[in-house]
Amino acid sequence: MSTHASHKKRSGLMDWLTTVDHKKIGILYLIAGGFFFIIGGLEAMFMRIQLFKPENDFVAAETFNQLLTMHGTTMIFFAAMPLIFAFMNAVVPLQIGARDVAFPFVNALGFWLFFFGGVLLNLSWLLGGAPDAGWTAYAPLSTTSEGSGVDFYVLGLQISGAGTLVGGINFLVTIINMRAPGMTFMRMPLFTWTAFVTSGLILFAFPPLTIGLFMLMFERVFDANFFNPDNGGNILIWEHIFWIFGHPEVYILILPSFGAISEVVATFSRKRLFGYSAMVFATVLIGFLGFMVWVHHMFTVGLGPVANSIFAVATMAIAVPTGVKIFNWLFTMWGGKIVFSTAMLWAVGFIPTFVMGGVTGVMLAIPSADYQFHDSYFVVAHFHYVIVGGVILGLFAGLYYWYPRMFNRVLNETLGKIHFWTFFIGFHLTFFPQHFLGLMGMPRRVFTYLSGQDLDQLNFISTIGAFLMAIGTIVLFVNVIISTSKKYAPSSDPWHGRTLEWAIPYPTPEYNFAQTPLVRGLDAFWIEKAAGNKGMTPAEPVGDIHMPNPSILPLIMSIGLFVAAFGLIYDTMTVVVIGMAITFISMFFRSVIDDHGFHIHKEEVEEDLKGVKL
Amino acid sequence: MFAMLALLLMGCGDPTLSALMPQGEVADKQYSLMVLSLAIMIFVLLVVFVIYVFVIIKFRKRKGDDTIPEQVEGNHLLEILWTAIPILLLIILAVPTVMQTFDLSAKDKPKKGELALKVTGHQYWWEFEYPKEEIITSQELVLPVNTKVHVELSSADVIHSFWIPSLAGKTDTNPGDGSKNYMWIETGSKEQVYKGKCAELCGASHALMDFKVKVVSKDKYQAWVSSFKKASGKATGNAAEGQKIFEKNCLSCHAVGKEGGNTGPNLTGFGDKQRVAGVLEHDKDNVKKWIEDPQKVKPGNNMPNVPLNDEEVDAVADYLLSLKLQ
Repeated sequence: MSTHASHKKRSGLMDWLTTVDHKKIGILYLIAGGFFFIIGGLEAMFMRIQLFKPENDFVAAETFNQLLTMHGTTMIFFAAMPLIFAFMNAVVPLQIGARDVAFPFVNALGFWLFFFGGVLLNLSWLLGGAPDAGWTAYAPLSTTSEGSGVDFYVLGLQISGAGTLVGGINFLVTIINMRAPGMTFMRMPLFTWTAFVTSGLILFAFPPLTIGLFMLMFERVFDANFFNPDNGGNILIWEHIFWIFGHPEVYILILPSFGAISEVVATFSRKRLFGYSAMVFATVLIGFLGFMVWVHHMFTVGLGPVANSIFAVATMAIAVPTGVKIFNWLFTMWGGKIVFSTAMLWAVGFIPTFVMGGVTGVMLAIPSADYQFHDSYFVVAHFHYVIVGGVILGLFAGLYYWYPRMFNRVLNETLGKIHFWTFFIGFHLTFFPQHFLGLMGMPRRVFTYLSGQDLDQLNFISTIGAFLMAIGTIVLFVNVIISTSKKYAPSSDPWHGRTLEWAIPYPTPEYNFAQTPLVRGLDAFWIEKAAGNKGMTPAEPVGDIHMPNPSILPLIMSIGLFVAAFGLIYDTMTVVVIGMAITFISMFFRSVIDDHGFHIHKEEVEEDLKGVKL
Repeated sequence: MFAMLALLLMGCGDPTLSALMPQGEVADKQYSLMVLSLAIMIFVLLVVFVIYVFVIIKFRKRKGDDTIPEQVEGNHLLEILWTAIPILLLIILAVPTVMQTFDLSAKDKPKKGELALKVTGHQYWWEFEYPKEEIITSQELVLPVNTKVHVELSSADVIHSFWIPSLAGKTDTNPGDGSKNYMWIETGSKEQVYKGKCAELCGASHALMDFKVKVVSKDKYQAWVSSFKKASGKATGNAAEGQKIFEKNCLSCHAVGKEGGNTGPNLTGFGDKQRVAGVLEHDKDNVKKWIEDPQKVKPGNNMPNVPLNDEEVDAVADYLLSLKLQ
């Protein structure tokens, strides 16, 4: 049997750098994602200031292209993705009644890879200029782009992409293997279901991105010719590979947000989710169809009417399961007793906003009409309705909902409502006019527009909206800062929750569940409460709890790749070798050192149980 | 409902730029599908919004009401309804969608009676070749009214996208012979100058890669073709000095008449153009501004700073503006 060495408590910074606890990693993801969200938001603000009047000269053309590239890349890969992983980490193990994820070490590695990828990419601003070929990095613009910007893009995404991939695999294994007794698949909370499907999408979508990025890296660093038509390459290879990854990526982002909305809507309507099995089926179907539609990003590329028609119809089909979800949410609220907490406000704001993004999605699925919409501001409006109006509003709902679980405090409701209204109104003010700008002939990714084209007024309105969104975001950060000064936990179940994460006392113990709970149905905690029980029925006696040891190795492995990336960017092979050596030596140590973890003894657990407040 | 929608959208934007004021068969067809899809989508939005507003007003928790609502699992009839009705709506949309996708596609050769045109995107200007008429021009496309035009698209450098919102949606111009694209345009019955755009990020001056499409009567078009073919770079009036400087410094890249290189825009008939470099007002100051520092006007473009003194720039500007057809 494993050793019984009691583990050393690490304190302060070292604790955070070495943690393998899913709850702490969730907080790290949240902080890092929030940080990159601010950077991406600032980039957006600079662009909206530049576009607030025609022929403005607030930023130069080259800078604007860097801003638009970095805004897209940062928001997708380094804000939305880590925020989703933050909630998956914080919530999924608790919702399935597990003590941690399946591979805590890999979980930490995933976070640090993502983090150093993001830092690497953003350092490009200070080291000679950011990438400027768009977040889509179409060849040959990306392969011929001067300076090192695109190299930072390639290597930053490569490193963080590896982190996302291992994270996805980790959650697949966790959800398949670590569910508490009685937690069958069809009793899993919907957020866990969406996390499961999203992890599956990550498993299949990220390898194509990895391959594509390798090809792009070989073109730029070693002068390969995959995308160079003069030497027998073809530029369309990149577009296909990118969108084979890129379209599922959209669903990777939106599904957990759907999950969060499902939890919030059910909880605050005091009702069970309407049509649970249809919701699960719709989630899986959306995930599956998500791989069949990538060509709708490429209708104008010239693939011919057969390909365009097939992908048009496939794209339209996705509207059906998505519509099922919308109606199920509406009918979850129907007959309920809706409490308009801040979390619920975000969910209620999400529904019409996301529907608007969805219907323009169906319009974009029509190839011949898409010839007009494509690469115009209409598309900009559409995907912001989906990604901000869908993903981000859903994540905000999740943030206000799960904040008490993550931080043992609640966010201020009044400030939360100010945050909601400014951000929500600002959002529509920014993006609704952009539909019309696109139809009126404004292409996307333009650093300026000439006067006399009837584009001035709507651009001006759009910029005002952007400022409102910025104000809303500032209110959120004030709210978060105020909350840290309070030690305030009204109850471990502040929202009358339905799922297992609310059955745990405050503050969440390191081992989550003193005794693994027995799950007796969907909405496990609600069932126990309705039966008049105080907490979950345990499925095991109190005993020693086996825990993983913290480790600094994930951090060092990631630093090694970070160093190697600089060697590749600046063509210095010694640095590449040093960096890879750091990573491989850490991997070697990880492999040869026997780490059996430690046990929290039965007596300690019993001691904890005595002081439990529910 | 269709008419109302159409009315609502009409009058949005600049009539020479907006996809909402379509001219010609292609843009008309695309617009009609946009309106059909929008109508269906507005129907969907209305249904959702009505239920939504009703629900959030009717089912809010009243003060003091702490009863637990009935825990409904679902409803088969409703769930079948909101799966089946969207499928029906999508079929209504999918049929014309597929028909039009084929209708608007083009083969690699022009059909009988179509005007053949080759478009090549460059950073950051457009080259237009009329293979049958043996004309190569740049930045301003001249087309006759009520004519179907077969367009072959390619690029000399990175991907661009050829878009005339009033006349037709966009198609990408790809580099490489294997990735040529084809589309067709119908020019409509109006004599009008339409605005054209590049719609694919192509570098620093992507936003400034504008061009014009001049749709003229068939007679005027014929006159333009014959005068273009007769045009030469010979200076008229007192522009002879400028011609000499131009021939020495500029002709290796810019053709005028039958003479000159093809790496830069063809400048035949430059005096008749609407814009300098596609974006500046067409006057002498701006021609000089462009020659003195092209990077300042269109950052990242391929034209070098030609070492000319002030008088030489002035003379070249005079010469260029004197290049008129007829």
